Amino acid sequence: MAQMTFLEAIRETLRQELARDERVIIYGEDVGVRGGVFRVTEGLQADFGEARVIDSPLAEAAIVGTAIGAAVNGLRPIPEIQFADFIFPAINQIVQEAARMRYRSNNDFEVPIVIRAPFGGGVRGGLYHSQSVEAFFGHVPGLKVVIASTPYDAKGLLTQAIADPDPVLFLEHKGLYRSIKGEVPEERYLIPIGKADRKREGKDVSVIAYGLMANLALKAAETLAGEGISVEVIDLRSIRPFDKAAILESAKKTGKVLIVHEDNLTGGFGGEISAVISEEALFYLDAPIMRLTGPDVPAMGFSPPLEHAFMITADKIADAARNLAKF
Amino acid sequence: MPDSGLTPELMKEMYYTMALSRALDDRLWVLNRQGRAPTVYSSNGHEAAQVGSAFALNRGEDWIVPYYRDMALVLAWGMTPREVLLHFFAKAEDPNSGGRQMMAHWGSHRLHILSTGAVVATQDAHAAGLALASKMLKDGRVSVAYFGEGSTSQGEFHEALNFAAVHKLPVIFFNENNGYAISVPQRKQMVVQDISAHAESYGMPGISVDGNDPVKVYEVTKAAADRARRGEGPTLVEAKTYRFVPHSSDDDDRAYRTREEVQEHKQFDPVVMFEARLLADKVITEADKAEIMKKIKAVVDDATTYADKAPLPDADTLGLYVYGEDGK
Repeated sequence: MAQMTFLEAIRETLRQELARDERVIIYGEDVGVRGGVFRVTEGLQADFGEARVIDSPLAEAAIVGTAIGAAVNGLRPIPEIQFADFIFPAINQIVQEAARMRYRSNNDFEVPIVIRAPFGGGVRGGLYHSQSVEAFFGHVPGLKVVIASTPYDAKGLLTQAIADPDPVLFLEHKGLYRSIKGEVPEERYLIPIGKADRKREGKDVSVIAYGLMANLALKAAETLAGEGISVEVIDLRSIRPFDKAAILESAKKTGKVLIVHEDNLTGGFGGEISAVISEEALFYLDAPIMRLTGPDVPAMGFSPPLEHAFMITADKIADAARNLAKF
Repeated sequence: MPDSGLTPELMKEMYYTMALSRALDDRLWVLNRQGRAPTVYSSNGHEAAQVGSAFALNRGEDWIVPYYRDMALVLAWGMTPREVLLHFFAKAEDPNSGGRQMMAHWGSHRLHILSTGAVVATQDAHAAGLALASKMLKDGRVSVAYFGEGSTSQGEFHEALNFAAVHKLPVIFFNENNGYAISVPQRKQMVVQDISAHAESYGMPGISVDGNDPVKVYEVTKAAADRARRGEGPTLVEAKTYRFVPHSSDDDDRAYRTREEVQEHKQFDPVVMFEARLLADKVITEADKAEIMKKIKAVVDDATTYADKAPLPDADTLGLYVYGEDGK
């Protein structure tokens, strides 16, 4: 089995799907000859041609809007938004058009598109190249929001997203692209959207996270294991739909829950997880539910101290989990 | 003009569709004023632009992405008066949305009418996308976005034209310019006189046509469709017309235009003018006209009765079809 970075896993999945199904097309800003600003699509235009890997005009609403039309007329478009921070000009097309199309037409139409977008900070991206946007989209019925944390999951989830009959927002944390490696089978496989993965089993504290945060939670769990604190890590893998059963099972088991996301606190997805636990597992809890998130500032500062102060780290997670364990 | 293939039979059918739309439209207002349906969006005044363009295309095979003004268009495209009334009354059987959407949010996969929302100009990009697929799949289809002149103030109008031009897509951007975006006149919406002038910025032909003359609209649309099918790319068409009624049943147009102005435009009522022309050209006789009117009355009555009796959607269906799995 091949060892791949997170980025390579996504690229090879795209390559496999382009080769497998000629209805699949990729387009976005700089995805063709340049291979994307992160090189995720590098080499794909050379292999599959300009008609299927398209450098599009710089206009996000048109990128998503045309993908909707192309999907209705028989293609399987995978548009890329260069940075999640740039997705807002397309939000009307995503929320009001793609996500509502099936519902508003009473199941007469569907929009099978996968919108890929790199998100998240810690890469010196400043205010407009670091944002976490999942809470905006997690609110939207009709849309699916997937966030993988490992190369293996990225392939299985992206393949499923492309096969899915509904619009999927596939968010890729930039901090993962080259920082992690993992085994990725060559054959095609699917991971269902909406199923969490227990990335580490534990009994004292549950950490619920996704994307880069799930990786940092695993590091924190390792540190705490040396201190005799057993941490369970639940990787949600998607926030719409999200795996309520897995969250409740873990919360009931450990009785102590720490929710981690890089997105800012208020109105973040952690609030939803917390509400579900409060509603359905309150009497199993041994401590208040705790959230560790980005601060409620408009976005991440550019200068290193500002960026670092914003970012969640494995140490911050370990500190929070340690406090929770002691409660 | 070169031979456009517009036969007397087709012209007769165009006239029937325009007159049917007008009669159906009149019926909707009556039903609304009787309190039997909350909202009317009318195509009254736009019939020549809509029907003339539809007849120049492969109706039911090419894709159209309409807007709320386009009842005559969807009738020309194959939607039946019963289906329009089912939609109007928000009945379960409404093929556009199963009673989920407000009147005039058209959509039918069977007829290749892409479902529409209410934010204007979104459909321009959808039409370009449909055409992108047609170009790749070589299915020979042309896609047409229909839109009002007010929506050309939106960025997505310009984005869609640019995208379509860069990729030489088989698409027509069809503007129905009635001079008002609800209450805001064209001069407060833009400085240019002609919507078609925008085409130059995107390197495509832009043509303005008398939108009250279905034959001229037909010819212009036919030329644009032929061009698209030859792989020569998009065209922007502007059909200049007028809306004789308020924007919707909740609007009162006396607030923003005089009765004299409306009367002035009624001289150019597309249904009245086309009827007079067909009579003068002996395409139809007075007897034909009487027969057509009788038929239309019967069809409109039948649609009203049928849709009135049809059941409303069950409240239990509210949660259906959020995702594909829900329908399986």
